[in-house]
Amino acid sequence: MTITPALLEIEGVRKSYGGGVTTEVLHGIDLSIQQGDLVALIGPSGSGKSTLLNLIGLLDRPTEGRVVIDGQAVDHLDDRALTALRGKKLGFIFQSHHLLPGLSVLENVMLPSAASRGGFQASMRAPAKELLSAMGLGDWVDAWPRQLSGGMQQRVAVARALMNDPPLVLADEPTGNLDTETSNQVFDLLRQRNAERATAFLIVTHDPAIARRCDRVVELVDGAVVYEGAPSTMKSWA
Amino acid sequence: MLALQLAWRFLREGRTQSLLILAGVTIGIAAFVFVSAIIEGLQVNLLEQTLGSQAHISVSPEEAPPRPLMRDRGVAFARRIEPSEPRRRPFDQWQRAVRRVEATDGVVAVCPKVSGSALAYRGAAEEAVEVVGADAARLRRIVDIPTNLIDGQYRLGGDDAIVGTSLAETLGAGVGDPIRVRSGDRESVLRIVGIFDIGNETVNGRWLVTSLRNAQTLLGRVGDITEIDARVADVYEAERIAREVQARTGVPTESWMERNRDLLTGLRSQDASTTMIRVFVLLAVAMGIASVLSVSVVQRRGQIGILRAVGTSRAVVLGVFLWQGVLFGLVGAFLGSLVGALAGELIESSALFDITVTPRLLLTALGVSVATGVLAAYLPARRAARLDPAAAIRGDE
Ligand SMILES: Nc1ncnc2c1ncn2[C@@H]1O[C@H](COP(=O)(O)OP(=O)(O)OP(=O)(O)O)[C@@H](O)[C@H]1O
Ligand SMILES: [Mg+2]
Repeated sequence: MTITPALLEIEGVRKSYGGGVTTEVLHGIDLSIQQGDLVALIGPSGSGKSTLLNLIGLLDRPTEGRVVIDGQAVDHLDDRALTALRGKKLGFIFQSHHLLPGLSVLENVMLPSAASRGGFQASMRAPAKELLSAMGLGDWVDAWPRQLSGGMQQRVAVARALMNDPPLVLADEPTGNLDTETSNQVFDLLRQRNAERATAFLIVTHDPAIARRCDRVVELVDGAVVYEGAPSTMKSWA
Repeated sequence: MLALQLAWRFLREGRTQSLLILAGVTIGIAAFVFVSAIIEGLQVNLLEQTLGSQAHISVSPEEAPPRPLMRDRGVAFARRIEPSEPRRRPFDQWQRAVRRVEATDGVVAVCPKVSGSALAYRGAAEEAVEVVGADAARLRRIVDIPTNLIDGQYRLGGDDAIVGTSLAETLGAGVGDPIRVRSGDRESVLRIVGIFDIGNETVNGRWLVTSLRNAQTLLGRVGDITEIDARVADVYEAERIAREVQARTGVPTESWMERNRDLLTGLRSQDASTTMIRVFVLLAVAMGIASVLSVSVVQRRGQIGILRAVGTSRAVVLGVFLWQGVLFGLVGAFLGSLVGALAGELIESSALFDITVTPRLLLTALGVSVATGVLAAYLPARRAARLDPAAAIRGDE
């Protein structure tokens, strides 16, 4: 058994909202993700899935507890360092606001690279095009996002999340707005990348079919982990 | 230059809004340029008219303020003072004074001059004149007669005399005609060699310009002068330089600014109101830009969140909105300058003076326009940069 350092390690993470009357949304979460993991994060609405994803994504800070990314504790990093780390280690796929409407499809995909290198450069076009082709969007490189269907837009968002080849991709209901067939297509793309490059994925989903196709399932209820393990041994499927 | 690249794409995406506010900035800058050019043209014109026939600075012992004629137990009696009978006071060592005026910083031309009242006759016509005697080459640098000559030539030798058009008309004299000039019991016969129209009725109707020597003889001031006239590089420095000249020469010195206090006050209050107009126009432009960008920040909360999530720093987000302000300012300055200059051109034909849009005015317009854009963009930009990325993506406050 080889011991590789975890890609993501969170320990005793708590998150409270509110100034005067505070509500604790996450009550001490521990979670570890290794390179190549494909993890589904499930749970009822309001259980704290998005909150947890934002903490892992360095978009928000925990009230208590530690977040360690690739061996680096992030609690004392300033906004600048967090931004740099986010650009290098993490990819994001959101349920809505996927794309910037003022940027072409290709520019949307190049965005993470442009952010880390301080501007759009010609050298970014080839790898971005390659990703779009892999998503089956080779013909839409110069299109505008609004010319694409929802499923196509979500595939562009997947390409963008993979642009900097991050070791961990966080996806918040990436298939939430898509029909079954399209969601399967998008998920296949994630799966394929996971198999080819050992990119780890943490996917929030309400769709049991998607969750079943992941390697591991983490179930959150009322801000606490109630189940963690293989999808096959899960009891609570509706 | 990610910030600039994104700024441009944001502006392009919100095309209608961008064009509307650009039109606003253009109109504002056009008004700025137009008003400035008109006021500047007007002031230059007023100054030219005023200073065209008078020295910027004159040094003269006879300009001393009138003194009370009698003084008795602390009671001062001011008797009637005859301005037409100035106390004759010789200008001591005037050649030395001329050198000192010439050596003063800011003075670009100096002309010793003798002047006084006389009567001119031709045939039955008789007219009171002001005899002005000076060296032709020196005088032209104080009062530009040569370019305002309408007949004859500019030369002041022998018995040459140059007169204004109105004087020539009342005397019924033309170039080549002799006229008799009398002052007290002295009389000379001079010949008209040139007639000028300097745009000032008093000068046109009264001046009779001749050589220094002729005037000295005629006015009974052989070897003497009545004043030293000087021209300075910057007309608004005249008063300061006048004080320095007075200190150097010890002779009472007066600047055009003292002589034309009302005009100066007028010019200054005009400046103040122009500044007000400019400030209000720029404020309106700034508010337009600020409001459009504020709306844009709110509308793009989600996009800003995405930008932050993919690794764009706060500084870049700040830059994206500052650049939008800069671009509005820059493009608005170009278009506005163009429109303002064209508008100036259009009304120039109906105005009585030149409306010149100077390169300096255009540079000023560019500078204030860009500065206004940046300042107006600052608050919205700061708000965008401070957005909490998680909240922005979620879409709530
Ligand atoms: N900024 C906030 N301020 C206050 N409360 C918040 C904030 N964000 C989330 N919450 C609360 O935290 C709880 C968890 O929210 P979260 O969005 O993480 O749930 P979720 O599991 O993602 O739900 P869903 O499946 O509906 O997306 C909810 O009760 C929500 O109201
Ligand atoms: Mg959620």
